[in-house]
Amino acid sequence: MKIAVCIKRVPVMEVKFAITADGSRVDEAGLKYDINDFDLWAIEAALQLKEKNGNVGEVAVISLGPDAASEQIRKALAMGADRGVLLKADSIPADGLAIARALAAEIKEGGYDLVLFGRIAIDSMNQMTGPMVAELLDLPCVTNVFKLDITGTAGRAERALEGATEVVEFPLPAVLTIDDGLNKERLPSLKGIMAAKKKPLDVKPAQLGDAKVTVHKMALPPERAAGRILGDSSAAVPELVRLLQTEAKVL
Amino acid sequence: MANVLVFAEVRGGDLRKVALEAVTAGRALADLSGGGSVHALLAGDVGIGAKAELLAQYGADSVLVLEHAGFAMYNPEALAATVAQQLGSGTYGYALFSATAQGRDLSPRVAAKMGVGLAADLTGFTVDGGTVLGQHFNMNGKVIATLALAGTPALLSVRPAAFQPAAAPRALATTSITSAADPSASRVKVVELKQGNTGKLDLNDAPVIVAGGRGLKAPENFKLCEDLADAFGNAAVGATRAVTDEGWRPHSDQIGQTGRNVSPNLYVAVGISGAIQHLAGMRTSKTIVAINKDKDAPIFKIADYGIVGDVFEIMPALTAAVKAAKAQG
Repeated sequence: MKIAVCIKRVPVMEVKFAITADGSRVDEAGLKYDINDFDLWAIEAALQLKEKNGNVGEVAVISLGPDAASEQIRKALAMGADRGVLLKADSIPADGLAIARALAAEIKEGGYDLVLFGRIAIDSMNQMTGPMVAELLDLPCVTNVFKLDITGTAGRAERALEGATEVVEFPLPAVLTIDDGLNKERLPSLKGIMAAKKKPLDVKPAQLGDAKVTVHKMALPPERAAGRILGDSSAAVPELVRLLQTEAKVL
Repeated sequence: MANVLVFAEVRGGDLRKVALEAVTAGRALADLSGGGSVHALLAGDVGIGAKAELLAQYGADSVLVLEHAGFAMYNPEALAATVAQQLGSGTYGYALFSATAQGRDLSPRVAAKMGVGLAADLTGFTVDGGTVLGQHFNMNGKVIATLALAGTPALLSVRPAAFQPAAAPRALATTSITSAADPSASRVKVVELKQGNTGKLDLNDAPVIVAGGRGLKAPENFKLCEDLADAFGNAAVGATRAVTDEGWRPHSDQIGQTGRNVSPNLYVAVGISGAIQHLAGMRTSKTIVAINKDKDAPIFKIADYGIVGDVFEIMPALTAAVKAAKAQG
């Protein structure tokens, strides 16, 4: 079984972000980066499928991003993926379709049985690249997958909706976007880290094309005004209810 | 002037509240672009056309009705082909979807089929000389990007609860349409819909959310949250990831980065410390109340009102007080 996993280098979110003086983008100074959480679960899904298959086949990791994204590809290789491809782009466009076109061009001739994405990239929060790639390659696509069974060339998945679940059947080859709940990712072992250094990592320019969606400006959301502590017991409840009625007007 | 095609989301044979929000947002978009028409696309099993009236009540000038047994379940491939075919007729400036699991599955397919731009999960928008400028969260909700969307037609999806349905009655005008692709030939088949929380408000539809965290100590103690939700009468119960990972509550109740994004009028956080991943999913709530025994819990930094104390002592009193307030008023 041949599986491609598309991953993204994203900032670690436990920071206070700043916007550049011209208001055009997030200030990257001091940011740390990692693989997007949902993409880690997609990598894990691919590795488990390969292991279940008697470790036959290949897991390729593809990332579109700057040179530095090779760090994230190496981490995926250390987790157990077999080879990496960096589609080099100095900046990642806001237009999901531009990204999808570049990824589809790379995936097209790969002969993959499955192409996995994380459900959403937590930096751009676009949540569209996976189904766009599927459409460009005319492949079946199931999004938000949190349960997955593959038998031969038939797949059965459960996808998460708001407060409900859909059970979906689909044939392979297919594109899936992986949600939380499918599995927890493994950590790279020391042996894996050593092995990753020798695994192939191709670098080629991303074929992005034109973008119809662009960033007009970036801003930080207004700070929430400091809240009030009303008390330390149920004695504060009457005051809370009064405020919900008269000030917040939600009761 | 630009006409707007609104995709009206159906689940289990019923219109979802987000469909009315989308029609309201579509109405706003048409008005901002010089007063075009709003056409809603309503697809479902035979009989779904009966829901068209409601869409007209919220401002749909006409409703394109697609009735076919092959659309009893979500049928992404045939729907994407049909929406693309309607959009390709050249009469539309925009197509608008709900940024739900269904809308965020369908809209990228349509965008890629047509080679047009998609701005997703917008919380608001303006139109500047034919270009939509839409607000879209980045960085887990910690940054707001204003996206510029060029080209025709342009696609956008709006975040649930960002637009409140507003009545704007139109005379009902429906047009029957057919599927652009054989619905039974779709490769992706939804074979079952498992509705959770049957009969209860969904987290995205509820004006009030009572959410519980590990501070509740045991699954049975979520009764405290359910009782308070019942007292409000218009509330849903949510949970943190810690709680859904423990199996205390279903995964679909999880609020946060890896779960649901919610923005109710009132969010009551019960025994929730406020991990960044949780805050990412609820920080846009209008009013936030936190009840937690740890005064240093990060939840108090974003809460409007806090009580630092024992949830087991405070919750029954709050439930009783809310019941009394509701009874009065």
